[in-house]
This record gives sequence, C-alpha cells and structure tokens, in this order.
Amino acid sequence: MAETLIKIRNLKTYFPVKKSIFSKKLFVKAVDNVNMDVPKGSTFAVVGESGSGKTTLARTVLRLIEPTSGEIEFDGKNILELKGKDLLEVRRNMQIVFQDPYNSLHPRKLIKNIIGEGMKIHFKISDIEIRDRIAAVLKEVGLIDDHMYRYAHEFSGGQRQRIAFARAMVLKPKFIVLDEPTSALDVSVQAMVLKMLKEIKVQESLTYMFITHNLSLVDYIADKVAVMYVGEVVEMGDKTTIFNHPSHPYTDLLMASNPVPDPKFVREKRLLKGEIPSSINPPSGCRFHNRCPFADERCEREEPELREIKPGHFVRCHYPL
Amino acid sequence: MEKTVKVSKPFMDDLKHTAFLWRKSRLTMIGSAIILVFLLMAAFAPLIAPYDPVQQNLQIKLQAPSWQHLFGTDQFGRDIFSRVIMGSRIALWIIFLVSVISGSIGIIVGVTAGYFGGIVDEVLMRITDMFLAFPSLVLAMAFAAMLGPNLTNTIIAISVVTWTTYARLSRAEATKVKSQPYIEAIRAAGGGNLRIMFLHVLPMCISPVLVQLTLRMGTIILTAASLGFLGLGVQPPTPEWGAMVSDGRNYLIDQWWISTFPGIFIAFVVLGFNLLGDGIRDMLDPRLRR
Ligand SMILES: Nc1ncnc2c1ncn2[C@@H]1O[C@H](COP(=O)(O)OP(=O)(O)O)[C@@H](O)[C@H]1O
Ligand code: SF4
Ligand SMILES: [Mg+2]
Repeated sequence: MAETLIKIRNLKTYFPVKKSIFSKKLFVKAVDNVNMDVPKGSTFAVVGESGSGKTTLARTVLRLIEPTSGEIEFDGKNILELKGKDLLEVRRNMQIVFQDPYNSLHPRKLIKNIIGEGMKIHFKISDIEIRDRIAAVLKEVGLIDDHMYRYAHEFSGGQRQRIAFARAMVLKPKFIVLDEPTSALDVSVQAMVLKMLKEIKVQESLTYMFITHNLSLVDYIADKVAVMYVGEVVEMGDKTTIFNHPSHPYTDLLMASNPVPDPKFVREKRLLKGEIPSSINPPSGCRFHNRCPFADERCEREEPELREIKPGHFVRCHYPL
Repeated sequence: MEKTVKVSKPFMDDLKHTAFLWRKSRLTMIGSAIILVFLLMAAFAPLIAPYDPVQQNLQIKLQAPSWQHLFGTDQFGRDIFSRVIMGSRIALWIIFLVSVISGSIGIIVGVTAGYFGGIVDEVLMRITDMFLAFPSLVLAMAFAAMLGPNLTNTIIAISVVTWTTYARLSRAEATKVKSQPYIEAIRAAGGGNLRIMFLHVLPMCISPVLVQLTLRMGTIILTAASLGFLGLGVQPPTPEWGAMVSDGRNYLIDQWWISTFPGIFIAFVVLGFNLLGDGIRDMLDPRLRR
C-alpha cells in the first residue's frame, strides 16, 4: 500500500448564509464530514454534480479557506496548525489549476510575471534563472518560450489551462488539484490537455486531486475515486472497484446515465430523477433518499455512516448494492 | 497542439476604435484642442510671456489693452498677458499634484477597504462618507483657512476633498477583483496580503481612477481659482488665475481687463477639461462601443 500524502478527517466547511435577522443562523454545509486518504503518486478523482462541494473541498485542503472543523494532514503535518515559513513550504507543495481558464490568469500581467510570481516568493534566484525556468516549463506544457511575453487574452482556453498548469508546476509541488481543468474546453482540446496532464504526472511523480463531473474523464485518468453528494462522500475506493461494482445507488445511477462511447459498456439507460437537494437544509437521514430508488423509511430517518464494505471500498448507504 | 487564436492585437484595434469615436465627436475634439493649447502654453510660458509676471512698474499701471500690453496692465503696472500665460503653469502644477496626491490616497484607502472588507471596510468607508457629507468647496475653504493660504496648502486642501471619489471607485473594483481565481492563485502560491493588495489588486484599479481623474481636472482648477479668489489660495504676486480675477474686482467697471482675461482663461480651460472628460467617459461607455 502506498504512503498517504493527504489525510482528511471529519472535515467540515460551512458558509454562513444571511437570512432575515429573525431566523436562526443558517449554514451552507458545502463540505460535511469528509474523510479521505490520498495516496502518494495517485490520481484521486473527486466526482459529483455541480454544487456538491468539490471546489470547496479543494480550497479547504489548500487552506485557501479555513474549515469549520476537522483535520488535514499533508505529508504527516497538520497543515491547519502551520504558520509562517512552514505554511509557506506546504503552500509551495500544494498547487491548483482552477476550472475557469478565463478568470484564472491576471488580465494585466505578462505570462512571465504570472508564472514567475510564485518563484519570486519561494526561491532566492536571479531574474535570469526565473526566466529560464519559465521557458522550460512552458515547453514542458506544450507552449513556446516566446509566449511568456504575451498577455492572457492572446491565448485560447486550452492554452490558458496549460499556462495555469505551468504556474503550478514551476514551484515543484508534490500535489496539484485540478479543478475541472477541461470542463470549459472543446472535446478535442480536452483530450490533448488530459494527455499532457497524465504524462507530466508520471515524469514529475506528482499526486493529483482531479475534480470533475464527467465519469469518462475519471475512467481515463484516475486511480481512486470519491463520489460526493451534497457535501458528503457517498462512495470511495479504487477506480476499477467503483466502475465495476458501484455500490451506492447514487454512483450506480451516475454510471448508468453517463454516456459511454464504448459499445461493450452499453448499460440499460436509467436516469437520475429529481432535484439535487440544497446543502443549506440537507434532507434528514440519507441525503439521497428523495431520489433513491431503494429508499425506505429507515433511510428517511437514519443517516448512514461511511462504512468500509470491502477493504478500501467505502459506501455511505444502509443497503449497498 | 491546438492552434493559437488569431488575435490581431486587440489592444491596437481598441485604440483605433477609440480614435474613431474621438474623431466622430466634435466637442471632444474641441476639448482636446483647448487642453493641447493649455499644455503648450504652460510648457513654453517663459518664451511666450513678453514681460516679467511679477515685476511692478507703477508708471504704466492700469493701462488698457494695446499692442505693447495685449491684455493691458494691472494696478501695479504688471503685464496681464504675461501673468495669464505664466499662470497656466501654476494651474497645471496644481492639477498635477492634486491628481497624484488625491489619486494615491483614494486608491490606497479604497483598495485596503475593498480587499479586507469587514470592519476595516466599515471604518474606512465611514470616514470617506464624512468627507462626502460637506460640499467640497466649503470643505476645501475650511482646510485652506486652517492651514494658511499658499500654493502648497491649496494643493493639500483640494487633495483632501477630492480623494473620496477615487476611494469609492477603487473599493468597488477591489471588492470585485479580490475573489477572482487569478488572485486566489497567488494566495495558493504563498503570496501574502500586502503582495496581493499592492501588486495584483491595485493595478486593476488604476485605469478607472485615471479616467475619473481626467473627468475631475476642470473641477480642480475651478476650486483652486475659487480659493485664490477668496484669498484662501495662492497669494499675490504669484500669478494664479483666481487671485488675478480677485485683484481686478475693484476696477471691474473702468479697467475691466484686469479680471476679464484671467477669467476667460479659467472658463476656457475648465470647459476644455469638461468636454474632454465627457468625451472620454462616452468613449469608454460600453454601450457606445461596438
Ligand atoms: N464562498 C462561498 N460562500 C457561500 N457559499 C459558498 C461559497 N463557495 C461555495 N458555496 C456554496 O457551497 C456549495 C458547494 O459549492 P462548490 O464547492 O463550488 O461545489 P462544486 O465545486 O462541486 O460545484 C454550493 O451550494 C455553493 O453555493
Ligand atoms: S441509504 Fe437508503 S436512500 Fe440512501 S442511498 Fe442507501 S438505499 Fe438509498
Ligand atoms: Mg466547482
């Protein structure tokens, strides 16, 4: 078993919502009681519909927002207690590529300065060396060194994501969060960017957290999968296990409604019905009970725990399939 | 590799389009011409002015306009044409310094308030509101009277009453910008608050503030002239236009030229800045652009 790079325990990130001053304080439970172990060198996919808390989870793990409670360990260090130099060093080791390529690069800065900013913070090296490293990393992500003297608006979405990835890579991190890095791109561009991500991961022995709502991408890139639903992890395990034996009714329905191009994977087409509930007032009992074909009275009443039904395969359901 | 998007330098296109809009508006062109003349006048003032602007010569006092003294002479025998020309430098200097000072104060206060939000924002914006509660001329008069009338204090007094506009503008921009992913990316890279605020959020506030600054330049001259006229601004013998208008007050009926010429210059330059400012505002209005 590989070493664990990131260990998340009982993590909660709630956002207060302003209602009227008379009603009691409400919270968006964007991330609720999440437990995860991300093995070193893996590509850990986090899957879920929009609003299920994937981005909030990533931002919390990177300490871009403070959690309400819980623990996050990175490489054996509790990052929620780190300060100053130690925190800076952990920050260098955890980078992120955001979902929207059109908002993730500063509109008024040269690519050189966008990519170089982190190096100026972390490395005591000359401007010439910074420039050389930028040139190298641009090549690595499939661009050319001249691109560093341009502005973000001169690039296509795919190129911008490559630049965002270069900005992350240049700090030599151990871990990179890819938050739906290709969801804004054309399918053909998407494939090329994914291929690059996969290749560089091996070259640089990186660990990825790959966030997506697209199961085909998970199949292509991931080793491990966590399925999120309304702030909670409902199923987690190896990709092969999850794909071959989805045990949570939600995962099962996601698989069934996902168009698989490969004809030997043709499944009966069953669709997810109903609305995704709000994470402000999640349903009692199992959060999936209003959409679950197997729900009974117990599911409405009693919240299931995340249980290990087989070694390494976790499911949050009273009646796993 | 996916192909590079063909961008025919959008910045240049933008510039061309701006030039097109500029040519289309006659008033904006007139404004620009007035300001150009004003700038040239200030640049070459010592070459244009035929006489020393402060040298008194009581033998030729109160002379009507003539070929010798185009705008006549004042009660101390000083050549009004020379004084008006040299006065453009004073006006330009005031505009420049007030813009730099009030723009900087406004941006720093606004960015700090917008970036930190919460209690910092609350406190800074209440202070801004306090300044906005008074009519700006009255407040400028109060500051000028308190500090004492001279050029430096005029500049300080006007700056103190004009920074609020830029503070509100930068605050709005900073509030918008601070939650953008490109800012969060710098935090993820280990950037601290000061770095993010000054190197990444602040640059986004500069262009709206610059536009607003040009819109306000007419008001700056007018305020400076008002202070000068009321004796709260630049003091004689410095050829400040407002003070010159005030000099001629007692001679308005018989020696009309003393007040009239500096007055006309004030009016023209203010008009020029206002026309240009309106033009710039219209040119930047997205509804009028393509
Ligand atoms: N800064 C925030 N303040 C308040 N609510 C937030 C904030 N960020 C996210 N949320 C809410 O948290 C929930 C999860 O959002 P998010 O993590 O972005 O989901 P996902 O990335 O899976 O689409 C959503 O209901 C969203 O509205
Ligand atoms: S606990 Fe009940 S409602 Fe929830 S997923 Fe399992 S069967 Fe469905
Ligand atoms: Mg998201």
